[in-house]
Amino acid sequence: MAPVARMLLAAFCLALAAPAAAEKITIAAASDLKFAMDEIVADFRKANRADTVEVIYGSSGKFHTQIQQGAPYDLYFSADIGYPRELATGGFAASEVKRYAFGRIVLWSATMDASKMTLASLADPKITRIAIANPRHAPYGKRAQEALRASGLWDKVEPRLVYGESISHAAQFVQTGAAQVGIIALSLALNAGLAGKGGYWLIPDKLHEPLEQGYIITKRAAANPLAKKFDAYMGSAQTRATMVKYGFELPGEAARR
Amino acid sequence: MQAIWLTVRLAGIVTLILLVVGTPIAWGLARTRAWWKVPVGAVVALPLVLPPSVLGFYLLLAMGPQGPVGRLTEALGVGALPFTFWGLVIASVFYSLPFMVQPLQTAFESIGERPLEVAATLRASPVDAFFTVAVPLALPGFITASILTFAHTVGEFGVVLMIGGNVPGVTRVASVQIYDHVEALDYLQAHKLSLVMLLFSFIVLLALYWWRPAARRVG
Repeated sequence: MAPVARMLLAAFCLALAAPAAAEKITIAAASDLKFAMDEIVADFRKANRADTVEVIYGSSGKFHTQIQQGAPYDLYFSADIGYPRELATGGFAASEVKRYAFGRIVLWSATMDASKMTLASLADPKITRIAIANPRHAPYGKRAQEALRASGLWDKVEPRLVYGESISHAAQFVQTGAAQVGIIALSLALNAGLAGKGGYWLIPDKLHEPLEQGYIITKRAAANPLAKKFDAYMGSAQTRATMVKYGFELPGEAARR
Repeated sequence: MQAIWLTVRLAGIVTLILLVVGTPIAWGLARTRAWWKVPVGAVVALPLVLPPSVLGFYLLLAMGPQGPVGRLTEALGVGALPFTFWGLVIASVFYSLPFMVQPLQTAFESIGERPLEVAATLRASPVDAFFTVAVPLALPGFITASILTFAHTVGEFGVVLMIGGNVPGVTRVASVQIYDHVEALDYLQAHKLSLVMLLFSFIVLLALYWWRPAARRVG
């Protein structure tokens, strides 16, 4: 073989080999994870610079439907463990369903000091708009509804409720001031951009069912080593510390409360 | 049913408002050769190319209590507009503006100078000439513009989602209700409402396409 041809062949082989060395995963994550997952993925990338990790945030229910329809997600983090359980039953998972956190809901406002409020403050007619996530399909919305019902406030509050498509949509209604208060995820209220405003009040978790959150590796990523690696990384001390920092309670530790 | 009635009411009111607001804009754009014709035309066309999320985002900020429109409405004692029916009406007026103005402008332009000059020689005032000459001649344009505006408002989704807050009977229009059904995995309900929307859209377009050749013969 001529030297030029040999060089070309070598270059060709290298070009083929190079992308194969770098793996890629796409993560579908519930929108309450926005800030925590951004940080976890940034840390993960530091140790895996050659690889690509993409995260898409949205509503757990929508991802559930999309994965059934063949959406290209390798890991699915749901705010409600029921969705990944259903997918696992339907044969869409390549791992068992892993519980990764319990979420908490808070009363939050961008215009008032919500840390001095309680749910009972919502009865005040001066508060004309209260944002929650849509209880029909958003896990955080369901829990907000349960908490309002349990405190006997639902009937007083319902006519003034506005519904966000996801928990981050509800937070956005509050952040713009369009709704004076909202019931949002603690993980969003603890984000630096929102934490500076108005403060929050933690809603007692005995008022609602637990926000048990779970994830799976999807069937399409069954042979993807990077997905396995990220799965293992979720159990690391650093990841657990990040989750705690954003107000999530961790499975083994929630029992000690 | 509530969602459909709400949608029809919203689209009807928006069409009426745009007939009043859009006609003078279209007339001005059709008659003038001034420098502002092009920039104003471009602004009117903006909602055609802007993602509804951009429009919804800015409207939410503008109408919120800290926004310029929000401050004005609070000062007037109307209260904040987001999450209200009238907030949706105002948003939809912006959203559907080109669908009223552009067909009207085309209709006015196709009349040409001549009929209006004749009217003027017969001592019709400009206002007289507009109502007795231009409007009857541009009638097919008015009908096309109204149908398009109505249909486009019915099809609105992104803007409503951004500023509506999904309140039943107030801002939960048909398109949002369908989205809700799908999100909640209630496909049966989603199918029912989607079918209604599909039939409605088809009938509107069918009527429009039947109307247009006839309009050309009359014109």
